[in-house]
Amino acid sequence: MNTLKRYVRPEQIRELSLVLLIFVIIVFFGAQIEGYYSGRTFNRIAGDVAIIAVVAVGQTLVVLTRNIDLSVGSIVGFTAYFVGTQLARHNDITLPWAVLLAIGVGALMGLINGVVIAYGRVPAIITTLGTLALYRTLLVNYSNARTVIIDTLPKWVPELSRVNLFSLGTLEFRPMVVLAVAMVVIFQLVITYLPYGRRLYAIGSNPEAARIAGFPTPRIVMTAYVLCGALSGLAGFMFLARFGNITVVAAQGMELQAVAAVVVGGVNIFGGSGTMIGALLGAVMINTLEQSLRRWLQISEFWRNALLGLLILLAVASDAVILNRLRTLWARSGLQIKADAVQAQVQEESRHVA
Amino acid sequence: MLRRLEWLRRWEGLLVAILVVVVVVNAVQSPVYLSVENQINLFGLFIEKIIVALVMTFIIINGEIDLSVASVMGMSACLLARLYEIGVPVQWGIVMALLTGVLAGAFNGFWIAVVGLPSLAVTLAGLIGYRGIALVLLEDRSIGYFPDWFNALGQKPLVGPFPLALIIFFVLLVIAVVVLQYSGFGRYVYVIGNNREVARYSGVKVRRVKMALFIASSTVAALAGLLIAARLGAVRGSTAEGFELDIITMVLMGGVSIFGGTGTLTGVLLSILIILNLRNGMLLLNIPGHTQTGVIGVLLILSVLTPNLGQEFRAFWSRRRRTGLAPAPGEEKGG
Repeated sequence: MNTLKRYVRPEQIRELSLVLLIFVIIVFFGAQIEGYYSGRTFNRIAGDVAIIAVVAVGQTLVVLTRNIDLSVGSIVGFTAYFVGTQLARHNDITLPWAVLLAIGVGALMGLINGVVIAYGRVPAIITTLGTLALYRTLLVNYSNARTVIIDTLPKWVPELSRVNLFSLGTLEFRPMVVLAVAMVVIFQLVITYLPYGRRLYAIGSNPEAARIAGFPTPRIVMTAYVLCGALSGLAGFMFLARFGNITVVAAQGMELQAVAAVVVGGVNIFGGSGTMIGALLGAVMINTLEQSLRRWLQISEFWRNALLGLLILLAVASDAVILNRLRTLWARSGLQIKADAVQAQVQEESRHVA
Repeated sequence: MLRRLEWLRRWEGLLVAILVVVVVVNAVQSPVYLSVENQINLFGLFIEKIIVALVMTFIIINGEIDLSVASVMGMSACLLARLYEIGVPVQWGIVMALLTGVLAGAFNGFWIAVVGLPSLAVTLAGLIGYRGIALVLLEDRSIGYFPDWFNALGQKPLVGPFPLALIIFFVLLVIAVVVLQYSGFGRYVYVIGNNREVARYSGVKVRRVKMALFIASSTVAALAGLLIAARLGAVRGSTAEGFELDIITMVLMGGVSIFGGTGTLTGVLLSILIILNLRNGMLLLNIPGHTQTGVIGVLLILSVLTPNLGQEFRAFWSRRRRTGLAPAPGEEKGG
């Protein structure tokens, strides 16, 4: 038991149980729905998850620092529309420039959030509730009630979400999915190994201690928001490539899905703990459950919000009730191991003295 | 303590000044602006949000937040419509919708007060979940043609020029002022908002107060949902969507601290008047609704940013005045 405790952290139990849960969901619905194990199911879920996962990666960076970003849905919508109109007007823009444009616009919006929150000391929830409305207003005014139509875009844009990079059996891996996985892996490495990433955790688990330790807290929080905005911009581009037709309500409510993925994925809403892999697993679980329920019970898409709300509440509650208990258990047994070691050492020394 | 009161007075003074400017500009723009009818219409358009803002003031002073109010409004309106659709009389629909409000509040309150989860997370889940229930009830239909007496309650004046919603508002306002400023419960609300631990050790029943506040909030929100159903005469799944933005802006702009413990109903009333007149002025200038929403979003941020910057500025001043001495103590970092 003790060796187990030494190698498995409570956070990892959350991720393991998520993997198990996803497995159970797939096996259950595989038995209930005919033709469930097919490339089509995989592609539909993977296509949805790819966009949410990129937004969730950005959201995780922010949530780790004990903040939240509710404006991501509006950022995704705005960049999708903005890049869409630019591409429609100038068909000669190439892929790298389009992506850079999306990331740049997103980062700028993230910067506004970050400056107000980190330097203006306005609570994150207030600021991003405000910019959620503000960015959507910008989009509505900018669009003049027109829609981006897929036919006006260069041919390579919709191709991006259709071509196949490589397949495993009937499972096709499209560029969007590969990009999303790459983002998750890169940012997982960033938050695990780079000093910047560790500081995100430090600020989230104890802001006061981080300040006293001399961390430039405002700057780190601000960059987290800039990164979150940039990733949302990237997701906006992916949104454009996947759907092609963009209206002013594009990606409305996506912030809720991202927050749900992050919280269900075991990222503590109070900061300081959680991983990118967890956020990805959260997104996968929510989407798989939703898509499967829709096919199984023939329920409408209107059930999505009720389901999301319930999942968030369950995740937060289980975090507070079960994981906290586990953590104290872990901490206590950790202390016990240390105390045992100290006692052994003392005995050893006293024997030497004798 | 005295300095804080002084600052509050100044914030309210600022609000009065802004209000006067907005009203004068509007009155110059349109001759009918100052007529009693226009002013009542003005209130009528936002009365549901104003009613909910009264209870939200209590919750934010208490150091919590309730993001789920707009979804509870939508849920209660949709429940009424759905019950009416399947043939239940409207009276019973009203009772059921109000009961649902009580239940939703008790549900929020249970997780926040008893289990001890952060209200932000719980009511965010509520914001999504209650809206989800509203959507499940009505899907993408729109339901109207309620009985005439129900629509009349929302659309026609009841006593003199005042419609029912306005009367409910005045009654709730009197209750709110008495409870918050003149009762023991009101003192508890402030004390808990200032320091929860101190309140608990002084024997304040923190859980009970929080539970009562969240139940009151959701119940009043459910009532507001019914009022909006009566006023508009039709209900959709997206009824009252996004109202939490306006409601929280009204409270925060009134000088209520998001960290709890300070704020008055006077300030909130002033900020409600400002927002109403501003919206009305924007309507007169033909600024479309979604732009108004953006403006409100900016106002929300500014209403918290301005006092923060003011504090910074004052700290900077006092540091300059006491050159050579230690710098002014840093304020608490907001989360």
